[in-house]
Amino acid sequence: MTGTRSRNERFYRHRLPVRIAHWLNVLCMFIILLSGLQIFNAHPALYWGHDSDFESPWLSIGAYRDSEGKLEGRAYLGDRHIVTTGFLGVSSNADGEQERRAFPSWLTIPSSRWLAMGRNWHFFFAWILVINAAIYLAWSTFSGHLRDLTPTRTEWRGFGRSIVDHLLLRHPVGDAARRYNILQKLAYLLVIFGLGGLIVITGLCMSPRMDTVMDGIMSLLGGRQSARSLHFIAAVGFVLFVCIHLFEVVVTGLWNNLRSMITGQFDYPVEDDSASKKVEKSHEHS
Amino acid sequence: MSTHDRRTHLKALLALGGTLFLSGCDRLSRSNWFPPILKSADRLNDAVQHALTPRKAMAREYSPEDIAPGFRANGSTNPKTPAYLELVSDNFGSYRLQVGGLVQSPVNLSLADIRALPSRTQITRHDCVEGWSAIGQWKGARLSALLEKVQPLPSARFLVFHCADRWGSAQTPYYESIDMEDAYHEQTLLAYELNNAPLPVANGAPLRLRVERQLGYKMAKYIMAIELVERFDHIGDGNGGFWEDRGYAWYAGI
Repeated sequence: MTGTRSRNERFYRHRLPVRIAHWLNVLCMFIILLSGLQIFNAHPALYWGHDSDFESPWLSIGAYRDSEGKLEGRAYLGDRHIVTTGFLGVSSNADGEQERRAFPSWLTIPSSRWLAMGRNWHFFFAWILVINAAIYLAWSTFSGHLRDLTPTRTEWRGFGRSIVDHLLLRHPVGDAARRYNILQKLAYLLVIFGLGGLIVITGLCMSPRMDTVMDGIMSLLGGRQSARSLHFIAAVGFVLFVCIHLFEVVVTGLWNNLRSMITGQFDYPVEDDSASKKVEKSHEHS
Repeated sequence: MSTHDRRTHLKALLALGGTLFLSGCDRLSRSNWFPPILKSADRLNDAVQHALTPRKAMAREYSPEDIAPGFRANGSTNPKTPAYLELVSDNFGSYRLQVGGLVQSPVNLSLADIRALPSRTQITRHDCVEGWSAIGQWKGARLSALLEKVQPLPSARFLVFHCADRWGSAQTPYYESIDMEDAYHEQTLLAYELNNAPLPVANGAPLRLRVERQLGYKMAKYIMAIELVERFDHIGDGNGGFWEDRGYAWYAGI
């Protein structure tokens, strides 16, 4: 970049409803995920179909005895397993004692084995999340925010280049830095409507009462145990999204991004020659 | 401060924040004031499920080839009290189901009397609160038929099932309760057969409740007495069931 110096300009990037919804999402998703792991621990095996074929879960975590008789944690994917002692299957609890449990105490809410309380946290914050999402979607529709998230035809044409830019950690400058880019838009839409929709529907499909009116969609998904598996997979999808999201937050400027999600104000680089162009333009008119 | 230092500090800060948050959640879970707030979601779940599904909506019934090879037994699998073992030893010949409380005509029914009531056979999916499901075929007396026999008083709002199994060192009796809507539902049975055989001890012999639109813990096993009540806060710890007294939702529709 010779000849042009860049400087920062500040603009109001995130409106208040977005910021409130964002931090409520953080709180809710964190609690729902960790209380979800508590619930998973009550029966740490996943199946496809309507019911549980206890002999052959497609995924399971458990405690076994190794050849010397010592406790060994294992995670199974079908018949294949990896030894996960200390993390999955067998881990230390708060008192330092080895315990048989699928996910370790530092990854569950509450930390001890307590299914009833895990369900209490899970359902309460699931409602907060759903209500938050409903308000956010209503606001987004009426305020035009949803349009900010809709990819334009030009952006679709830049899809390939955007992937390359992301992989090379090349970040937009100038006006482009003020908008969501195409991958961002797709990621948010996919998470909100894809993963979000899937996790709510599969959650409802696990309800025997709701199943009286949801049999069609439950069967389409493969049955109640399939719904439970898909609920877990959708949760893994959310975790992957959060990992990528946090990575991008860090590499595109942690404090700047954090500030913009707290006060709304975001600094973005502009090339200095835009100022000189303005001067030239005014000359033309004179 | 170098970038490396800053990164290490940030990681330590995040780990500390996470630990504080989780121990905060633990403290809230054990407090007196917070769990009731969380449990307000139970009432919302209950209300929304009832609003979105018809009162008489039926649980799906499966076909014979869907039946699981062995129906998993969970919770108590044998009450082993002297009284219960005696019943087992004479093949429940001396068993009597007591039905009383807020009814016009209380009854004592033998297993033969119960088998003589209008029955229903259904292949349904049993969903445990732990997360697993099992499909089995149940045959039993329709609870609505029993209610017609005893004539509930207008003040009766709930059915409480008193069971033979005792839990823990305190020998706490198992009990459960359902409302009249579920009691009169077509698929609600006092089941005495599982998969074309007499109900095994492990699955609740001689009688277990089937309320197909709720989770497994509602489906009391080893039923000895049914009491019709207006309220259940004087029974057990007052929450309407053994597991409800341990924090689970009274309406177990999800």
